[in-house]
Amino acid sequence: MNKKSFGSRLVAAPYIVWSAIFIVVPLIIMVYFAFTNDAGSFTLSNFAQIGKFKKAFGLSILYAVIATIITLLLSYPMAYYMTKFKIGHQRMIMMLIMLPMWMNFLIRTYSWITILANTGLINKFLSFLGIGPLQLINTPGAVILGMVYDFIPYMILPIYTAMSKIDNSLLEAASDLGSDSWSRIRRVIMPLSLPGVISGITMVFVPSVSTFYISQKLGGNKTLLIGDAIEYLFNTGPQYYNVASTLSLILMVLILISTLIMNKFGDDEEVVI
Amino acid sequence: MKTLSRVYVALILIFLYAPVAVMVLFSFNSGGSVWVFEGFSLDWYKGLATNTAMLEALKHTLIIAVLSALISTVMGTAASVGILALRKRVSRSAVMSITNIPMMNADIVTGISLMLLFVFIGNMFALKESLGFFTVLAAHITFNLPYVILSVMPRLRATDMSLHEAALDLGCTPVKSFFKVVLPSISTSIFTGAIMAFTLSLDDFVISYFTCGHYQTLPIVIYNMTKKTVAPDVYALSTIIFLCVFVLLILYNTLQSKADSRRGFNV
Repeated sequence: MNKKSFGSRLVAAPYIVWSAIFIVVPLIIMVYFAFTNDAGSFTLSNFAQIGKFKKAFGLSILYAVIATIITLLLSYPMAYYMTKFKIGHQRMIMMLIMLPMWMNFLIRTYSWITILANTGLINKFLSFLGIGPLQLINTPGAVILGMVYDFIPYMILPIYTAMSKIDNSLLEAASDLGSDSWSRIRRVIMPLSLPGVISGITMVFVPSVSTFYISQKLGGNKTLLIGDAIEYLFNTGPQYYNVASTLSLILMVLILISTLIMNKFGDDEEVVI
Repeated sequence: MKTLSRVYVALILIFLYAPVAVMVLFSFNSGGSVWVFEGFSLDWYKGLATNTAMLEALKHTLIIAVLSALISTVMGTAASVGILALRKRVSRSAVMSITNIPMMNADIVTGISLMLLFVFIGNMFALKESLGFFTVLAAHITFNLPYVILSVMPRLRATDMSLHEAALDLGCTPVKSFFKVVLPSISTSIFTGAIMAFTLSLDDFVISYFTCGHYQTLPIVIYNMTKKTVAPDVYALSTIIFLCVFVLLILYNTLQSKADSRRGFNV
């Protein structure tokens, strides 16, 4: 746009005011709460209390990392195999992957209880075979499964998009120059699909590390994650807003750092969204 | 290789659809449990028609989704035009960094920071209830905006502005030229942004949870239901929603491939 008139800049004004009020100010208020006590005077005592939540932070990061790795290991071959189908079929598979995302994630998570419970479908099948019952629900494994299940489309789709953009002539050139299929994958497809992987990792890790519903439903009360702690404190009463804000602030910084690290691995020039 | 890829894709799809199948199956359960299938019945579907709390929540969800999608699409499209017109690179990238915050941040942090703002404003004006319709609407507009902007802006940047300039040279006012020349060329991306905003709003639980107060949307009602033991009525409701989306997607896909073949892509 060459004619950068004052008028065309002015149309961004409502948005800029809006984002100042509803994005910047809330974060400032959160930081303010994190550094004050409930009387409103400056204190660092909220940060002294976070020792109590060390385990919750540790578990959240651990489960989110495991879930992200499993999701990546499942999604990468999925995206690769998808590109082997005819275009029309690829579009249909894409649609099938996106379809469950349109269903409320609470229900999708909840349905797993029907499958995993002690009287659930898997255990019924096992008892039919004379095995079990196995304790599947209310375990860390169930929480990780829930994370993988809920967020796997966010991993498959960006990797698939990156892979389907790869120019076929590059692969042909690699073959002509003597690459076998494995080295084509390793030396052409992997580097070119990296941006998709990076954005997939961020899109799975962030909701996993901050979830509170999945752990409540599939982990019973044994797995308190940081999202659970924040949700619990905010619902208990305004006197806990300060500590809860501190926890949220730390969670935000954690997410910011991990996103920055991920973007460093990827293409430095553009942030993949 | 071919068989392996088919089997693998099929396995992942089975994984994705196992809970969906369970949900659909148990929505037809004649018993009241989501564990034991007692027999086929449509009772839970009939029950939905009289479940006023759920219908009320459905109405709330649709109102919020339509309004927030509309407002964020208009504001976001205007913002895309304005941000690209900003002279300084620094101010452009500053605005874009702030735009990215709600997308990068965890939903729970966005929800809580908004709740703190609304409670703060509520206390300032000594309101009895600081959370309600307007706060959940404002929250939804806020998290929709970045998706609209990121859908519209790249298209707008790629648009050939010489047409716009030609229109200006031929005596069009900038506003008229925007509506007659620029807008038609970015209409698809505006539409995509609006649809994305609508579905995000429809599906949002976490941010609504912290900002809705008594103005409960459907996901909030579902959350409260899953706190107690769940009856198959939630499954029945989800099955209906699932079917609606399924039909819409099929429709969209057929239209899309028709449009493609008109344009001469033979796929």
